[in-house]
Parts: sequence; structure tokens; C-alpha cells
Amino acid sequence: MSLLDVRDLVLGYSRTTQALKGVSLQVEEGSVVSLIGANGAGKTTLLRGLSGLLRARDGSVSFHGQVISNLPAHRIAKLGVVQVPEGRQVFSDLTIDENLRMGAWLLNDAAEEARRRDQVLARFPRLAERLSQRAGLLSGGEQQMLAIGRALMADPKLLLLDEPSMGLAPLFVEEIFRIIETLKREGRTILLVEQNAQAALDVADYAYVLQSGRITLSGPARDIAGNAEVVAAYLGG
Amino acid sequence: MLAQQLLNGLVVGSTYALFALGFTLMFGVLGVINLVYGFYLSLGAFIALFATQAGLSIWLALPAAALTTGVIAVVLDGLLLTPLRKAKAPELSSLMVTLGGTLFLYSLANLLFSTDIRRFPVGVVDATAYDIAGMRVSMTQLLIMGAVVVMVSALLFVMRGTRLGLGLRAMAERPDTAELMGVDSASLVRLVSLICGTLAGACGVLIGLNYNAIQPYMGEVMMLKGFAVIILGGLGDIRGALIGGLLIGMLETLTAGYIASTWKDAVGFVVLVLTLWIRPSGLFGRLAAKRA
Repeated sequence: MSLLDVRDLVLGYSRTTQALKGVSLQVEEGSVVSLIGANGAGKTTLLRGLSGLLRARDGSVSFHGQVISNLPAHRIAKLGVVQVPEGRQVFSDLTIDENLRMGAWLLNDAAEEARRRDQVLARFPRLAERLSQRAGLLSGGEQQMLAIGRALMADPKLLLLDEPSMGLAPLFVEEIFRIIETLKREGRTILLVEQNAQAALDVADYAYVLQSGRITLSGPARDIAGNAEVVAAYLGG
Repeated sequence: MLAQQLLNGLVVGSTYALFALGFTLMFGVLGVINLVYGFYLSLGAFIALFATQAGLSIWLALPAAALTTGVIAVVLDGLLLTPLRKAKAPELSSLMVTLGGTLFLYSLANLLFSTDIRRFPVGVVDATAYDIAGMRVSMTQLLIMGAVVVMVSALLFVMRGTRLGLGLRAMAERPDTAELMGVDSASLVRLVSLICGTLAGACGVLIGLNYNAIQPYMGEVMMLKGFAVIILGGLGDIRGALIGGLLIGMLETLTAGYIASTWKDAVGFVVLVLTLWIRPSGLFGRLAAKRA
């Protein structure tokens, strides 16, 4: 049984327009799965649907065999599905420390919270230097680290990353993918949504290509990276 | 004379601050301009009036009226605004819906209670006044300032010093992302409605005591001042509501004392217009600093 099992999921922002027209995909425990696709293909919509911010119009999402597509977002978070949303979405009026504490909102164990916080700060020393600073003052790359750190505070069973490299300077893009690589080695299960197809395929075990709300191709990441159409459309080949 | 005026202004200003606090919290955390908010003030005053007429002491009637108003606020907010929240309707719709709601509720109150001015039973608060450094301070004024200090400190403590306050501040900025962290926003919304309704209800009782006059539309008058206060302080800002409330209360009292009492009610609007001209984001507003 897959950790995450999405079947024929239909999502849309109004009754008539469907951003996602029946998507099926699986994420196995301990694997990194990349979903690549152009702007407007429906990648962010899919993640909003998985997290419960958008109600499924048809189809289903199961996590650990339990149907979650009818649950509100905070209940899905409680099950261990944690998203780093597109555009970082750090709480800019809160301090860095407060942002991290928000990540552990559902944890009622001060000692465990402190332990996770130490781990996150060891991973991102830049954040440790500026704990009491407002998050809004961080650079884009630092905000992305904070957003990932905040998600790790929840010790997610499934981490959803929405365009973590978007709008970042090349140096930070490399850094972000190094972080994803490390998380993978540590055994985290990750569903990564990216426009940067090359890097996303390099880090993934398995990949899906999303085009106009439909999965048009799927397979082991290496095969997808070698696919002629993918090379032409996404890898600048 | 000046000291006495300032003291009276402080009392009036603290009721404004209390009222504006709930108003700004509603705007800041819930993202709605709830015009029914003024009605909560009238409601609190009437509940305390009936409670004291039934023989309850003001020390019990004040918290009871405040909390009852808070609970009613949760119900009204649920009826009027939850459907809009679910549909992710724009802010303007909350304005229209609550405008309709508030007109209906005032008319209903008018029908039930008439617009006659009512007064608390004689002796509801000990009528003695104390002489402190040459100023006359009545027991009522002490009660008002004491109640405001207690409630404001409690609110500031919750917002700045607790986990709950952290969640509320996070939700105020990014409701969806807070939900992704596991924040149950529907229950926090109810809690904020309860807090805001309680503040407005308590304020109604205190204002009723200060002027010893209660009528259904008293909340409407305060609503206009409430707008002036939160625009002066900066929309959604707690410090702004406090300082703005105190400032406008003092200015009003000084105007009444040194110029003419008929000019008193113009003060709030002059401040409102000047603020919008000179510093539209208010004293503590950060409109310009809000970036994605």
C-alpha cells in the first residue's frame, strides 16, 4: 500500500472550470516523487487539494489507507501531511523563532519541541543567528529555509514542497536542492512540485508530468529525464 | 482644573480604547469590518441594566453582561459571517451583510425597548467621590478604569505571551498557511468573536455607568468614534487602538472643557480626516510595509 494514494482527483475553483481533471498518483514511503509541469498546469492546485485547502470535486485522496479528501486542512496536518506552500508564506510579522513554534502548533510537548528546534537550527545556522528578527526581513532564500524548517518542526510523515526554488538566486536554488537531497537521505517521504525540471528529476526516485490538469507521463525519474518529449519540453534539450 | 479635565478624559478615553480594541481585533484577526460590533455595546448595557434592576450587584452584572454579549456575538457572527468565510467572499460582502444585520438588530431593539433613555437603579455604584491630589474621582470612574486595565492587560497577555496569541497573530496574517500548520481556524474565529463581543459588552456597561444613560442606539454613536480611533491608531493594531482611544477621549474632554461642549463630537471626525490626509496608515499602521 502506498503512503499517499490519489485516485482520479478532480479539483477546481468554480463549478465549471476544472484545474485538475482526474489525476492519479502514488507516493511510496521513504521515496521522493517529483511532479513537473509548466506554469498553470495545476501543480499548486493539486497540492492545495492534498492539504485540504481545496475540496475535491471528484475522486479521492488516501493517506496510510485512510481517505483524507473530505477532511479540513488542520486535520490533514495532524495526520502528518505537511506542506511548504508556494511563495514560502512565512509569517512575516512574526519572528523567526515564532514561525518555528507555529510549525509545532500541534505538538504539546515542550521538550520535544525544543529538540526539534535545535535540529532545525543546526540544519539552518543562518536562522539560528537571527531568531528574534521578523521573518519578513529575511531574503527569499532564507525565507524558503525558514518555511522548510517550520514544516520540519511538525516532523512530517509526508512533506509536500511547492516550487521551493521559485524566484531564488541560483546559489540558493542549489542550496535548496542540497537540502532536499539531505532530507531524502534521512528517509523523509517527499512530494516535490517544481518548474525546475532538471533538478527535480535529479533528486527524485519517481516522477509525474502534469499537463493542463492531466498526468501525461509517469515513471522512474531517470526514465522521465531520458524521455525525448520531456527533454524537448522541460529540459531545454 | 486641567488635571481634572485630563482625568475625566482618561476615563472617557479608556472606554474608547476598550471598544476600539475589540473592533480592531475583529478586523485584524478575522479580516472583517463587522458593523454589528456597535450593537454588542448596546446589548451589554441593556443586559447589565436588566440584571441590576433584578437586584444583581454591578460587580456580578458587569462580567455576566459582558460574557453573555460575547456568547451572543459568537452566534451572530456564525449566522452572518461564517457562510461568507466558507465561500471566501471579498471583504466588501462582510460590510454589506453586517450593515443589513445591524439595521435589523437596532430596529428590533428599538421595537422592544423604545428609544427612551434608561438609567441604572440608584446606588448601583457607591456614589462617594474621593479626593486625590485635588482631583475628584468618583467610584464609577475608578470602576471603569480598573475594569479597562484588567481587560486590556489580559488581552495583551493573551496576544503576546501565550501560544494561543501566537496562533491568532499567525492566522491574522495568513489564514490558509496557519491552517496548514494545524490551526483549527473555525474554533479560533469563534474564540475571537467571544473576546470581541465581551469587550464591547463590557464597554457598554461602563459607558452606561459613566453617563448613566442607556438607549438602543448608544452603540451606533460609539461605532463612529470606533472608526476614528482605529484609523488613527492603524487598522488592526492593538497598541494603536489603545493609544488612539485614549488620545481621542482626552481631546474630546479638553475640547468640551476649554472650547465648547457642542464641539466635542466633532473631535473624532477632525482627527479622522487629518489622519487620512497626513498619515493614512495611522500611528502604527504598516500598510506600506506589507509585502508578499
